[in-house]
This record gives sequence, C-alpha cells and structure tokens, in this order.
Amino acid sequence: MLRNLLIGLVLAGFVFIFYNLYITYEPKTELTGIAAHYAEKGAVEVGAANLVTAVVVTYRGFDTLGEITILFLTASIIAFFLKLSKVDEEKIIVHRGTSELLITASKILIPIIFLFGAYVFMNGHLTPGGGFQGGAIIASGVVLSILANPNRQINHNVIIWVESISGVSFVLIGVLGIFLAGGFLDNRILGLGEFGTLFSAGAIPIIYSFVGLKVGAEISNILNKYQKSQKES
Amino acid sequence: MEYFDLGKISLLIGFLLIIIGFWGVLSQKNIIKIIIGFAILNTGINILMVSLGYIRGRTAPIIDSAVEQAENHNVLNSVVDPVPQALVLTAIVIGFGVTALLLAYAMKLFRAKRTLDINNFNDLKW
Amino acid sequence: MNNETVFIAIAIGIGVLSLILAFIAVQNKSLSVSVIAAGVVSLFASVLFLLMAAPDVAMTEAAIGSGLSTLIFFYVLNKIKRYNA
Repeated sequence: MLRNLLIGLVLAGFVFIFYNLYITYEPKTELTGIAAHYAEKGAVEVGAANLVTAVVVTYRGFDTLGEITILFLTASIIAFFLKLSKVDEEKIIVHRGTSELLITASKILIPIIFLFGAYVFMNGHLTPGGGFQGGAIIASGVVLSILANPNRQINHNVIIWVESISGVSFVLIGVLGIFLAGGFLDNRILGLGEFGTLFSAGAIPIIYSFVGLKVGAEISNILNKYQKSQKES
Repeated sequence: MEYFDLGKISLLIGFLLIIIGFWGVLSQKNIIKIIIGFAILNTGINILMVSLGYIRGRTAPIIDSAVEQAENHNVLNSVVDPVPQALVLTAIVIGFGVTALLLAYAMKLFRAKRTLDINNFNDLKW
Repeated sequence: MNNETVFIAIAIGIGVLSLILAFIAVQNKSLSVSVIAAGVVSLFASVLFLLMAAPDVAMTEAAIGSGLSTLIFFYVLNKIKRYNA
C-alpha cells in the first residue's frame, strides 16, 4: 500500500512538471542559432542535399563516433553473456519444420533486401536514408535467412572481419581529415563534386557506407547470439 | 485553429507516453514488463525531441524540388530544424542496444533462479 | 479541407490509439499481447515522425524500433515459455 502511494506521488510530481512545461510552451517560428547556420551554409560547405546527413556525419561527426563505440560495446557484452558451453554448441535445434512458403520466399527476397540496404546507405546524402537505416535493413535480411533455417551457421569470421575493418577505416578516414583538410572527419578530403549526383559531397558516401556496414554487422551478430541461445539447456 | 498545432499535439503525446512508461517501470513485478515499459519510455522521449524542432508550415530538411518550389527559393525559410532529428537518430539506435542488453540480463537471471518475479532477487538487499 | 487539418486529424487519431495501446501494453496479463502492443506503439510513432517532416527518423524508428526490437522480445519469450515460468 505504501509502495503504491509512493509511486503515485512520483508520478504526480512528473505530471505537475510536465503540465507547467506544456502550458508555457510556444512553438518556434524561425530557425535560430546554429540551425540557421547549418541550413544556410550546409549545401555550400558540405555539398550534401540531405541536411540531416550533413549534420550527423560532418558537423557532429564526433557524436557518431561515440555512438558506434557504444554499439560495439553492447554487441561485445551480449556476445560475452550469451556464450554457450561446448556441449550445447553442437546440439541441433529440433523444430517442426519451417513452412515451404518461408523457405521459397526467402530465397528470392534475401538478395533484394541486401541490394536495397546497400542502396539506402550509399545514397544517404541525396535522399532520406543513411548508414543506420541501411545497416538495420541488412540485419533484417540476415534474420530472414536465420528464420528460414534455424540450424544455419552464419560464418562468424565474415562478420568479425567486416565489423573490424569498417570501424578501423572510419577512424582512419577521420584522422586523414586532420592532415588533409579542416579537422576530424572533414569531408573535403575528396572533391565536392556536382551537387546532387552520387559522387558528390566529398567523403560522405564512403564514411556512411562504413558506418552502415558496421551497424549491420553488429546487429546481425546480436541477433545470431540470440538465435543460438535457444539451444541452451 | 491556433490552439491545434501539430507541435503542441505531439508534445502532449510524448509527455503522456513518458508518464505511462515510467508507471510501467515502477509498478510492474515481471522483469519483461519492466523492460517493455522502458521501451515505451524511450519512444516517448524520442517523440518529444523531434516535436521540439517542428516549425509550422515547413518541409523536411532535404534540398530537393519541394524546397525549391517554396517561396523565394530560400532554404533558411522553408525547412524544419535538422539538429534534433540528427540527435534522435543516434538515440534510437542506442535505445535498441540498451534494450537488447537488458533482455540478455533477463535471460541470465531467469536461468539462475527459474522465476521472473523481481521480488525474488533480493541477494543484494541488506 | 486543406492539408494541414487532415494532418492534425490524423495526428490526433494516432495519438489516442497509441496511448490506449501503451496502457494495454503495461496492464495486460499476457506477455505476448504486451510485446505486440509495444511494437504497434513504435509503428504509430514512426507515422507521427513522418507527419512532423522527419523522414530519416521515421525510417530508423520503423526498422529498428518496430521490427528488430519486437523480434528480440520474442526470442526471450520463447526461451521462457519452454520452462514454464
């Protein structure tokens, strides 16, 4: 009873704070401060048509590095936690058999999903999209292949090498930006090209492709570990 | 129609989802329910942040034909704020990572004691 | 009915539905229903992001929040159901 009262008290406190914030809120009518600078000069300085990509990769590139680090840490902790013993590793999952529809459809859909994911992260600077979305789509394709055949062994070496090389290349391109251009992760190390084509905006397609591959590999690794943990006794 | 602004409506939805998520985290006894409450809390916070950057009557921050057809071809006067969207992009991926980690802990806890009631895990209480 | 009132009407409808579903997700006794309700809340949030002129965020929330997160919850539920919690 006391517990419910305390929970009610905490929630009432939050309701009071939110009510005060909501009453005195006035929506903005103009872009001010640094957002005005990004909107005005973004197309000229960075050369990307997608302003959110310009902010994530170039203007706030260091935050993207931090986010990749957190994702890497999460994936490695989950891999450590869900480690199977030797006896469990060799068991085969006994199941009722996946349906014919799923097996046949997955053979057609998986290459298309991978192609679409690669398209999304390569064109991140022109249309809505980018590395994180493309990586999630690639991970969905990997999950579809696992669901169609639960005993399939995903080649662990491929995932490890893709993830490591992408991470190291991301940092190397960033450091290259210090020597050849303005600062860390500056995208002017390659030419800015013509606005609106695929090979424009300097190094942004390359950086975002590495981010997309890394995120896709990590999420596939997490999902593979969850699938394997079903074998645990 | 000045009261019914899309920014204010989304702000209200975000606040209410945060309160429901907090209530779920504080009052439930099953560990999986607590994690579901945490996921709803994350969604509410993301809606809140994106709705702070919305400006009425403007379009998405991508320079294409929709922006060029706006009046006086000026990017500064026809896009919404791109900074909260960039921050929320990162926040969604990190929220997914934390949820996956919480679920791995929940599986380990279940394996140790065969129950999911959080009142049984009082090894660290004094 | 110009565009703006249609958007506001859709936003109000989605908001009411998502609040009801979030309430169901926290209160219901069955775990499967709660997980699916949380997934649908995430899907409605993705549509709300699109109405607020944020297509990148909508794509990310739909792929990660509504798809992969629900999948991981179901893996854990499968493990638990086998041992009859």
